Amino acid sequence: MPGSRAKSADPRRRWWPFALVAPLLIFLLASFILPVVLMLSRALTDRELQTVWPDSAAALRHWHGNGLPPDVLAQRVAREMVAARRNGTLNRVANRLNYDMVGSRTLLYGTADKLLAGAPGNSVAALARIDPRWGRPAIWAAMRHADGPLTSHYLLAALDRRLDKDDRIVGVAPEQAVFTAIYLRTFKISALVALFCIILGYPVAYLLASLPERRANPLLILVLLPFWTSALVRTAAWAVLLQTDGVINSLLQAIGLLDAPVQLIYNRLGVYIAMTHVLLPFFILPLYGVMKGISPVAMRAASSLGASPLRAFLRIYLPQTLPGVAAGAIIVFTLALGYYVTPALVGGGADQMISASIAFYTNQSLNWGMAAALSLLLLAPLLLMLLAGRTLARAVPA
Amino acid sequence: MSSHRSRPERIGRVLLILFCALVFAFLVLPILAVIPLSFNPGSFLVFPHDAVSLRWYRVLAGSPQWTHAFGNSLKIAAATTLIATPLGTLAAIGLAAMRSRAKVPIVAIITAPLAVPVVVVAIAFYFLFAPLGLVNGPAGLIVAHSALALPFVVIVVHAALSGIDFELLRAAASLGARPATVLARVLAPLIAPGIAAGAVFAFMTSFDEATVALFIAGPEQRTLPIQMFEGVREQVSPAIAAAATLLVIASTLLLGAAELLRRRGERLRVGSTAARSGE
Amino acid sequence: MKVALRLLGALALLAGSACGSGSDVRPLTVVGWGGSSQDAHRNAYWNSFTTSSGIPLREDSWRGGVGVIRTKVIGGDASWDIVQVETEDLILGCEEGLFQRLDWAALGGRDAFIPSAVHDCGVGAMLWSYVIGYDGDRIKGAGPQSWADFWDVKRFPGKRGMRKTPKYSLEFALMADGVPAGQVYSTLRTPAGVDRAFRKLDEIKPHVIWWSSISQVPDLLGSREVVMSVTSPGRLIVANRTEGRNFKLDWHGNIYAVDYWVILANSPRPAEAAQLLRYMTRPENQARLARYIPTGLTSVEANRIVDPKLKQNTPSDPANMTDALELDADFWVEYGDQLTQRFNAWVAR
Repeated sequence: MPGSRAKSADPRRRWWPFALVAPLLIFLLASFILPVVLMLSRALTDRELQTVWPDSAAALRHWHGNGLPPDVLAQRVAREMVAARRNGTLNRVANRLNYDMVGSRTLLYGTADKLLAGAPGNSVAALARIDPRWGRPAIWAAMRHADGPLTSHYLLAALDRRLDKDDRIVGVAPEQAVFTAIYLRTFKISALVALFCIILGYPVAYLLASLPERRANPLLILVLLPFWTSALVRTAAWAVLLQTDGVINSLLQAIGLLDAPVQLIYNRLGVYIAMTHVLLPFFILPLYGVMKGISPVAMRAASSLGASPLRAFLRIYLPQTLPGVAAGAIIVFTLALGYYVTPALVGGGADQMISASIAFYTNQSLNWGMAAALSLLLLAPLLLMLLAGRTLARAVPA
Repeated sequence: MSSHRSRPERIGRVLLILFCALVFAFLVLPILAVIPLSFNPGSFLVFPHDAVSLRWYRVLAGSPQWTHAFGNSLKIAAATTLIATPLGTLAAIGLAAMRSRAKVPIVAIITAPLAVPVVVVAIAFYFLFAPLGLVNGPAGLIVAHSALALPFVVIVVHAALSGIDFELLRAAASLGARPATVLARVLAPLIAPGIAAGAVFAFMTSFDEATVALFIAGPEQRTLPIQMFEGVREQVSPAIAAAATLLVIASTLLLGAAELLRRRGERLRVGSTAARSGE
Repeated sequence: MKVALRLLGALALLAGSACGSGSDVRPLTVVGWGGSSQDAHRNAYWNSFTTSSGIPLREDSWRGGVGVIRTKVIGGDASWDIVQVETEDLILGCEEGLFQRLDWAALGGRDAFIPSAVHDCGVGAMLWSYVIGYDGDRIKGAGPQSWADFWDVKRFPGKRGMRKTPKYSLEFALMADGVPAGQVYSTLRTPAGVDRAFRKLDEIKPHVIWWSSISQVPDLLGSREVVMSVTSPGRLIVANRTEGRNFKLDWHGNIYAVDYWVILANSPRPAEAAQLLRYMTRPENQARLARYIPTGLTSVEANRIVDPKLKQNTPSDPANMTDALELDADFWVEYGDQLTQRFNAWVAR
């Protein structure tokens, strides 16, 4: 075969680049790709009932009905509930069911304690005598939705939806619905920050690109300094400056622009100011790179043919910079979507982005499935954006 | 050149420069403003009027929490650099020499840590490390920071490599030199400044990183950014301004060094600016 | 390549040593609520405990919530040993087996403590209240004297600081709406009562800066971000002492509760943890705590020997407690999840 002969002709040339990349790939696969995939898989899997109540989970999977289950199933649930209460694993089931039906936790612990004290639990009716909630379909539906190994619960919940007792997708109670609003807010804040970066950054990149290098370089440092400084330090700086008693308010009052201090921090304004500041260099630098590559010849030709400078700019220059604008805006938008530190420090309660919810379900509540589902929904549009960006970048030169 | 410009063009130019001056002020002044605030003798966040004082720097130096956090950050950043630099350098060399279709997916994997929102990265590490008990030792944070730093090392070293003629290396190889010898004797000295710049980037990535650290660092691994975060959250005092000042100076020096190294490497070839991640 | 191999070898060593320094060598870790309360515990207990026992201590701080403990214990993160928890977190966590059962004989018996400080899994750390705190330099003359005043943004313009939890916020809202302290929880047990509390909270929401850690309060008041705040008294009194502030308190309609020390079920150092627990509950040590921060004490003997002057500004002073409300932990055990979900959604809107 010709291929193998070519290989044997110069084997080194073929294998050594891969050998050099391999350690890094193995490292990243193990330390990055694997954790992310494992984490995202939690959004779709449901293991608590399977692990703690294996018999009940199997019986629940066999029972396809709605409404109330057969007494055999109730018996198994009662038996495993007592066993789990004894060996201290009931909390895993109780907390899982609580996600679906608030109050399940107290229901399970209360029932388990009564069963331990000798109350009969050999039928649905017997359980319902302990607590009437066992005589209603809702708790059984919640268990059925959690019987594993796969679940739609977390993804639906991340969209303010849930399965009702008849397995129809319905909206959660209006006072509980919050994630769609937070997603919209996250996208709105990110898009506006990207827009602010375009407005502020485009003229700067243009100026830098139009200056000769020896004059552009010192100005470039003014962009690179914030770029080099940790986002946390810059956020901290804004948190200091934007205080009601802070430098900016005092300054504005001193020069007579304000009579009384205005609220600049712990609200949306603070978030926009700090995030735009943190992300602006990420827009300017790639756009500057693109603008440096644009030959001035076409512009000069247009001018010499009598086009007004504005017209030449709009018709010749601007279209050539669009890939850079798109690249910069996508970078800013993407980074903004995942921001946690900046909104947490300068935003108020109603300015938090989806990252705050993800953090809540990770640290404050043990609901990792929910954190994973929120992350998955955050990643999905990102992948689309990046694909769109790539297509755009490819389409423009052609 | 300006003499060729028409009147409206000149007005436009002046407006452009004015606008840009404001944007430059917006970019730089907030960072510089914390510096005078940090020399405040009192506990209020105002510009010092009559006296400057190193009080808040003494507070930092005298606080075990701050010094411990500083030590932690140094240790974790150094370990990250030690892992990310060799791995990233080897991979960059491999990529630069690669003429295969596999290059595209490989580049995608290497740059993935930049494209995934940082909060997602943070909880992915947390979910993996918490059951393993790695959230208590520094190992988890070092591995996580290495993954985040690797793309930068690859990008920076790759940029330094883009002027290298691999045919020359092949020639060396065809004269009988083993690939390892070619790498160590011919290639490494050529791209040494690039490798050093990559190392600085790796160090800074870890040293500045807050979000992942907030999720997976235990109380013993409190880093400087975590300490800053808690500080801003709990009590915005001039001590925060002092810590911020130190960090601004540190990053300016380090990345100034990286820039010098990059320029030295640029004699071989013009490097491209590497993108740094957000938080 | 040789260089690379040597580097990789060094890395393996490094990773090995890094992993080796994991959970088993970490010092005993005690977790408080940060700020001046944590300072007080450090000065009254922790420093002298390390000196006398030779056991090094490490500190962390948190903001409460049984979910955090669940994440640690079930999620496999054994970084904490002793934690200061609130009542309903104590009840829930004890039921779920997240805490170790205490050896009460070793602590001096259940009778050595005030009754509300005694639980199978926890021993009372402090008795404290949430009250209205404000800056006497900014509100001159008559300050707020009720939760209705706290809600009155016309009479007292400015932002309010409130804890970002439904607990306390809902109770205070009902009191502001005219519900007497004695009927707060019976009202909250009805759906209409919960709706009423949220409607009242709607009124003040635009004026609220939410804090998640009590140690933020002195700073929020001091930097004039808020004009008054829900606070625990000790924090502001300490700020008055150490920073020369003029913070004032109003005790009308305060809610009082006990905080407990617990030992986590997955603590790798249970014996040392128990030793620290015994140290922190000894009467002479508790009496010392009162010097560093105004707080009600849980040891009967400590309450007897402590300087009566130190009872000012604490729930131990009867004058402060005329219309006080005891936190109903059973209510929060029952409704906590539901109301937290609704409250978080409400705040985020």
